[in-house]
Amino acid sequence: MLALLMLNILAYMTPNPDKTQIIIHLLSVISQNSAGQFFSSGHTNNWAVLVCTSRFWFNYRHVANTLSVYRSVKRLGIPDSHIVLMLADDMACNHRNPKPATVFSHKNMELNVYGDDVEVDYRGYEVTVENFLRVLTGRLPPSTPRSKRLLSDDRSNILIYLTGHGGNGFLKFQDSEEISNVELADAFEQMWQKRRYNELLFIIDTCQGASMYERFYSPNIMALASSQVGEDSLSHQPDLAIGVHLMDRYTFYMLEFLEDIHPASKTNMNDLFKVCPKSQCVSTPGHRTDLFLRDPGSVLITDFFGSVRKVELTMDAINLTDPIKQMEENPVNGEEQKEVYSYADQLPVSEIIHQKPKQKDWHPPDGFILGLWTLILLVFFKTYGIKHLKHIF
Amino acid sequence: KSISPTAVTPLDRRRGQLAALSIAAVVIIVGVPLWWRTTETYRAWLPVSQIKDLAKLQLHLSADVEVVFARVDGDLLVQFIILRLQNMKPARYETKYRTATIMEEDALKKPTAAEADLSLHMLSESPCGSLVVYVIPESSSLLPEDVNVYIGQRRTALVRISAQMRVGKTLEQLLAQLEPRIKQVLQVMSFSHTDITVALSDRVRFRPGNKESIADSMRAFKSSPGYEITFSLLNPDPKSHQLHWDIEGAVQTYIQPLLTKLSPLANFSIDSQTLYYTMLGVTPRFDSSLEAYTLNADSLAHVINPVEARLGSNAASSNPVLNFLLYVPDIRHSPLYIHDHRKQEVPSNAFHSPRWGGIMVYNVNGFYGSETEFPVHVNINMAKVMGVFLAQLRLLLGVQSLSPPPGFLVAPCGSTGLADWELDRLMWSRSVENIATATTTITSLAQLLDQIGNIVINDNIAQQVSSAVTSLQLAMAELEVGNLGFALQYSKEAILASEKAFFDPSLLHLLYFPDDQKFAIYIPLFLPMCVPILLSMLKIVSEVRQRRREKQAKKE
Repeated sequence: MLALLMLNILAYMTPNPDKTQIIIHLLSVISQNSAGQFFSSGHTNNWAVLVCTSRFWFNYRHVANTLSVYRSVKRLGIPDSHIVLMLADDMACNHRNPKPATVFSHKNMELNVYGDDVEVDYRGYEVTVENFLRVLTGRLPPSTPRSKRLLSDDRSNILIYLTGHGGNGFLKFQDSEEISNVELADAFEQMWQKRRYNELLFIIDTCQGASMYERFYSPNIMALASSQVGEDSLSHQPDLAIGVHLMDRYTFYMLEFLEDIHPASKTNMNDLFKVCPKSQCVSTPGHRTDLFLRDPGSVLITDFFGSVRKVELTMDAINLTDPIKQMEENPVNGEEQKEVYSYADQLPVSEIIHQKPKQKDWHPPDGFILGLWTLILLVFFKTYGIKHLKHIF
Repeated sequence: KSISPTAVTPLDRRRGQLAALSIAAVVIIVGVPLWWRTTETYRAWLPVSQIKDLAKLQLHLSADVEVVFARVDGDLLVQFIILRLQNMKPARYETKYRTATIMEEDALKKPTAAEADLSLHMLSESPCGSLVVYVIPESSSLLPEDVNVYIGQRRTALVRISAQMRVGKTLEQLLAQLEPRIKQVLQVMSFSHTDITVALSDRVRFRPGNKESIADSMRAFKSSPGYEITFSLLNPDPKSHQLHWDIEGAVQTYIQPLLTKLSPLANFSIDSQTLYYTMLGVTPRFDSSLEAYTLNADSLAHVINPVEARLGSNAASSNPVLNFLLYVPDIRHSPLYIHDHRKQEVPSNAFHSPRWGGIMVYNVNGFYGSETEFPVHVNINMAKVMGVFLAQLRLLLGVQSLSPPPGFLVAPCGSTGLADWELDRLMWSRSVENIATATTTITSLAQLLDQIGNIVINDNIAQQVSSAVTSLQLAMAELEVGNLGFALQYSKEAILASEKAFFDPSLLHLLYFPDDQKFAIYIPLFLPMCVPILLSMLKIVSEVRQRRREKQAKKE
């Protein structure tokens, strides 16, 4: 006889974007007890994915954009282990950089955003659409190290920042490929299916950036863009010594806004929406909050840009009374075999010198040779007639 | 009559028509299928219908409960009671009832409840997931006065009923008392509706009933095949304190038993490190009334981030990491106490962060006087430290600390740090969580592959999906029967296979081909070839029609 508690729990299927979703009502209670802290936002950790997609020296400003967001995010508390930084080109060590090992964001070289503890996870040609989508969806080969992965869970708030050259519905990577807004929306949907985020803040600083967030359909995404469809995002100011534009306008004013934020500040997202009005930016920044469940006025900037941990006091402790077991010392005797380790030979020169030439596998002649011989034979028979066949064979 | 060399004879025309027709035939019969086969993507077969069935997720959970009656004066009475109970239908569940054996009687005569529990455990080991409830009469002195239920360290509970054992109207009283009591015991020791709903919180959007359940669901780590535990000793002032901690021995003695007990749930790997010159990010305030420095609860949230940058982690694995930090304050800020919101000192002097780990502040200023020579050699009392870390580890792994209902006495959890029934509860919620997560993964994978027709589905992915589906079905069957150990194992296999299938690197769909791009690719290839064929077909058709018209005209 068994005690049977029958629980029929019906599946809640979320994959179809047209179906409406039952929203979870988080009680926002400001109370003195520790459980109260949990309700203002549902996240326990923060991640950031910062991507610069353009290469070449004249796109210095895109790298400076990304690095200044990186700097703000680190300053507000997100550790390097939770930041995936992708820079498509190395400006600090570029031959044309008059001040090597620096990337400046303000003219007259006021602020060096490169510093000495920048940790770039994907650099140079590793920044591709494929790698970006792999990072987002988690489909990385098993040999990828931890620092190159986005190990978020269902309680992570993720900040995604993209900058580069873009157009209506696409973003250009490395001057050779592009990612479309549909692919990006699908990638976010796959992240949602696997509950790889709690809330997502998507910021894009490119021309016609608003087109990139038009197609999103997964819940809990808030998006900001530097310009609407049909508008270009402009760069801020050139530095005459370096010779290129240092920053884009939207990111420049956003950086100024973020410099006023400290880890304990209570500024909310509505202030971020007001950054860089048309008078300063020339383009019209846009934002999209219809997929986001909470009211933007209640979302703190530090919910995405910083990493404020929830903390609980440990009230109980377990009383342990056993004494510590002493580890048994292995008697040292001469017969003990110690494993001898050695490095594998990186360049086996002796083998290379004495190598026999490799036998190449025989392949049947490919199409071109066959075609050429067929043509020659045809011409021959056309000219001389078929009765000469017996002379050949 | 001379025929001009360019005139087309009927024979030529016939030959031309045959040529055009045969080329068209070859193109349509041979070419089109060949092109279709060579351009289609390889998609191995997936058990889609079984996945759809699984997606409904009808879980039936069951547990063995055995209720044992300690002997009272008069065997007959107890047998009568048992008969009556088994005949009663209105109960939602059926339970097995029996009387106690002689050895159990002896065990129940022990002086204290803890000893009785121990000797009962020696008699028979209950399998995973089951429970035995011993009903003892009021006259028994095992339990103290105000306590009616004692929950042991293993899978037993002692329930005292306080009705006089008389036949007749007090039988109803006995039953009335027994049933709700047993229900309460099951609520504490076994799974409950809230637990299961919380475990399924990914799939089922529930309106949270109470704050504690939200906090619980946010605090514990999600189910994962492995965890990494790192113990770090933070010494910001090595000039003053030279710290020694026997971490290996402490882990072996205190932590390893718990992890061995939890090994059906996950693999654990333990590291330890010592960090020097790492300060807390917050400056503590000096409290002159206590002659000590204090950290209040609000500033604790900012302590973790500056430290985390220095902690490091194992680059090779992507398992979640639990960090336990032992901070010994520097000599200028000793002693350092943590105060809660009411300015009371926290006895354990420790705090933890959900899904991250715990930090304990260990003051060493009491070990030496002011005249000693620096650096001072300090041996850290690992039993005290590990007691706190063990408590935090329990919370972070999901062992909920429930406040038991009134009249209940819960035995302390013993040297392993985990009671058997707590392990059972964890196993239940983990099994359900694994099954739910694996089902969601498989369902969304199937849907993704269905939606995007261009993704190649390799054989290994299909095999992983099939094995995940099989494991899921087995796990649900085992849960229904009540074999908790097997159910957990199958659910773990299911989740491993489903994650492997979902996160396979080959499933990346950069093959976003909108229809207009498809046309743009195929038109330059096929149009030049098809135009002559089409035109000759049209010509043949028009000639046939013309001939038919001529025949018609000739007839008339």
